[in-house]
Amino acid sequence: MRDMADSCWTLDEADILALEVGSGILGTGGGGNPYIGKLRALQTMREGHKLRILPLDALEDDAKVVALGGIGAPLVSFERLKEGHEGLRCLRALEERMGFKADAVGCEEIGGQNSMEPLVTAAYAGLPVVDGDGMGRAFPEMQMTTYAIYGHRSTPSVMCDPHGNAVCFEHAISEKWHEIMARACVIAQGGASVLASAPMSGAFFKRHAIPHTYTQAIGLGRAVLEARAAKEDPIAAICEREGGQHIFSGKISDLKRHMERGFNIGVASVEGLDDCRGSVGEITIQNEFLVFRRDGEMQVCVPDLVVVLDLDSGLPITTEVLRYGQRVAVLALPCHELLRSPQALEVVGPKAFGFEDLVYHPMAETA
Amino acid sequence: MVLRLGIDVGGTNTDAVILRGREVLAGVKSSTTEDVIGGVRSALEAAIAEAGVDRSEIDVTMIGTTHFTNAVIERRALDPVAAIRLGLPATACLPPMVDWPEDLVEMVGGHRYLLRGGYEFDGREIAPLDEEELVRIAGEITEKGIRAAAISSVFSPINRGMEERARDILQAHCPDLPVVLSSEIGRIGLLERESAAIMNASLLSLSDHTVDAFGQALKDAGLTCPFYVTQNDGTLMAADMVRRFPVLTFASGPTNSMRGAAFLTGVKEAIVIDIGGTTTDVGALAHGFPRQASTVVDVGGVRTNFRMPDVFSVGLGGGTIIKGDAETLEVGPKSVGYRLLQKALCFGGDTLTTTDIAVRAGMADIGDTEKVAGLDADLVEAARAAIYAILERAVERSRISPDPIPVIAVGGGSILAPDRIGDLEVIRPENFAVANAVGAAIAQISGEVDRIFALEGTTREECLNSAEREASEAAIAAGADPDTLAVIEREDVPLAYLPGNATRIHLKVVGEMGGLDA
Repeated sequence: MRDMADSCWTLDEADILALEVGSGILGTGGGGNPYIGKLRALQTMREGHKLRILPLDALEDDAKVVALGGIGAPLVSFERLKEGHEGLRCLRALEERMGFKADAVGCEEIGGQNSMEPLVTAAYAGLPVVDGDGMGRAFPEMQMTTYAIYGHRSTPSVMCDPHGNAVCFEHAISEKWHEIMARACVIAQGGASVLASAPMSGAFFKRHAIPHTYTQAIGLGRAVLEARAAKEDPIAAICEREGGQHIFSGKISDLKRHMERGFNIGVASVEGLDDCRGSVGEITIQNEFLVFRRDGEMQVCVPDLVVVLDLDSGLPITTEVLRYGQRVAVLALPCHELLRSPQALEVVGPKAFGFEDLVYHPMAETA
Repeated sequence: MVLRLGIDVGGTNTDAVILRGREVLAGVKSSTTEDVIGGVRSALEAAIAEAGVDRSEIDVTMIGTTHFTNAVIERRALDPVAAIRLGLPATACLPPMVDWPEDLVEMVGGHRYLLRGGYEFDGREIAPLDEEELVRIAGEITEKGIRAAAISSVFSPINRGMEERARDILQAHCPDLPVVLSSEIGRIGLLERESAAIMNASLLSLSDHTVDAFGQALKDAGLTCPFYVTQNDGTLMAADMVRRFPVLTFASGPTNSMRGAAFLTGVKEAIVIDIGGTTTDVGALAHGFPRQASTVVDVGGVRTNFRMPDVFSVGLGGGTIIKGDAETLEVGPKSVGYRLLQKALCFGGDTLTTTDIAVRAGMADIGDTEKVAGLDADLVEAARAAIYAILERAVERSRISPDPIPVIAVGGGSILAPDRIGDLEVIRPENFAVANAVGAAIAQISGEVDRIFALEGTTREECLNSAEREASEAAIAAGADPDTLAVIEREDVPLAYLPGNATRIHLKVVGEMGGLDA
């Protein structure tokens, strides 16, 4: 794998600051608190470890890529911080169980703290992280990766908690079963663990991962930070870059949030401001912001991205820091085309989340 | 009619105002003194004399202070603190104060302790409390002369039992040690809550000293009325609360100046610029209230999750130093600060300041105009343009709609403000220089509920409504005008570990103090 190592680029502090913002936007409210993730990445850097990204085209076909990420409820990861080596323990246990050595780490979910978790674990293991991920955003459940959708079997897998417990999921008959069992286990482990899945080949990863999402998230974050520094409109900068639309502005007027089945479930009501005055918005939450309705009418839903930003700063707000009285902007961004195929929509379309009455109209096609 | 005394203790000036109903009877500025008492005493004596009222008629005193914020920003008078976190083996990846500026960590001693304990989200213990380690830490606290402790347990907003037990153990070994519990201060979000608890602990000696000084100054002046201190959200808290929770005053300065500006002008939608000696704070009034920041706010470089107004500071004030000529002009950010009366040219000093530019340009009539008569006209014009540009940028940043709302200029340095900023009209109210003290004098009354409700046999909406009624009644009982009540905080945290579908509801209602009208 020497050739691969030569093609890597090493992240610096500015990249991490940009990734915090970019992954926060793509996180659609979930994926874990990116601020905590940023601090962990910086802390790992200061300990002398290198955070490296491997360009997708430098990944060799026979390379073994282990995708990993945090699993649980964002509110827990914001309060019960990690021990720090959960991911490394997963990776080592998985290698031992399956008798292989990983060549690179993969990202399950570019949105939120789950963009940072692979970087930290890979840095401890001396490996790079491939420039791509399984969602191009954040989703609440594990079977919702393009890896799983396009045929990767993610078991055997290993889940570790801060206590030192490690659980191996030997075999799941389907990806959904893997999710159900993993969710039960993560509740027992306290609601915020890390899970590493069975390795993918480099060839598979190149074909089915959402490509270049580290580059995308860092570039997006940088664009927002630069717009802010230049006193330009960061919301416009995001929309322009991602082909999105600013669909609502308002003030959080009610917030229902609770833990259920290991998820943060809830609804946020938004009272319209500015040109939305007189309208009421409603955001449905399952770890992520999934659906946005205006006066009862659906405006955007999964798999397209519902992004909630601070109305003035343009910085992303995650579900666990939402608060009564906040002034927010709601944006709709189109998802990657790999999430729009019929087989993908079966897993990440509105019906997969129990929204039987919603029909998904891809933003990218109606725009 | 209610007679109230408002005092603002700032870093440079201590101001006092006396209000009868809506009428400002007196407004005076005096210098802040090292011991606080002297400045408060001379300001309030001058105000009483100017108002011509009998001091026994004063019904209530309200004090606003930036003393504690400034201590953190300027890194002074902070005590060393034992920052104790209960959460191992979880949370090890990010130790306490991990996101603080280095020099501030040093000021509070960098005493970080992580030990076993804390709760899971469902109320299980992460680990039993490591009592032996606590006893060892108690020994170290005594040995190292650490002055206070801050204890933060994982999920303490859901169950504060372990923080309380840890406090009892520490105090059994260090009887006089003040201990701050994170659950008394903040919400879910370990790092922010823990940071607030540590900052609070580091300020306890200063708050003790300061509250004593306030009380002494009022007593010396023969004032026997109750006194209150204004907190972040513009409401009042009793003196003993400030003693225990000085961090709750962190944002009271900008809150008071914006509320004071709204009161003095009667304008409800505006941008407020508060121009002091060194900096200008810019914020927005919406419906007569300071617009709140949505995301976390830094205080002295530390992230907090307090509810605070969205205020933006620029390095421009009445004492800002001007360098160079018309071509190479530099405006600030250095300032002569409180030495303006010695340093500025128009007061016979040797330093060219923004105040001198204002005097030379005929915008203000203070000091000796002769002393600035010789300033180069091009330089004055260039400096004036530069000052306007700074103000215009700051105002634009706080403006969120193209509506032509007015700009209210307050603070001692507001002579720098032109009559228009961009396309917006500038209003300079009478008593503009003491808007902060006016804001303190009209601080709001709050009513608060923070308690566990059982949802069994009822609904979330009913519980929230009953909490709102209860908080409103408390606010009215404390003197709030019922017609002005508004909910400013409303949070429910379901407590999965308790039977009966329990939820913790935190709700805060505020209203104007009655007796302001007519």
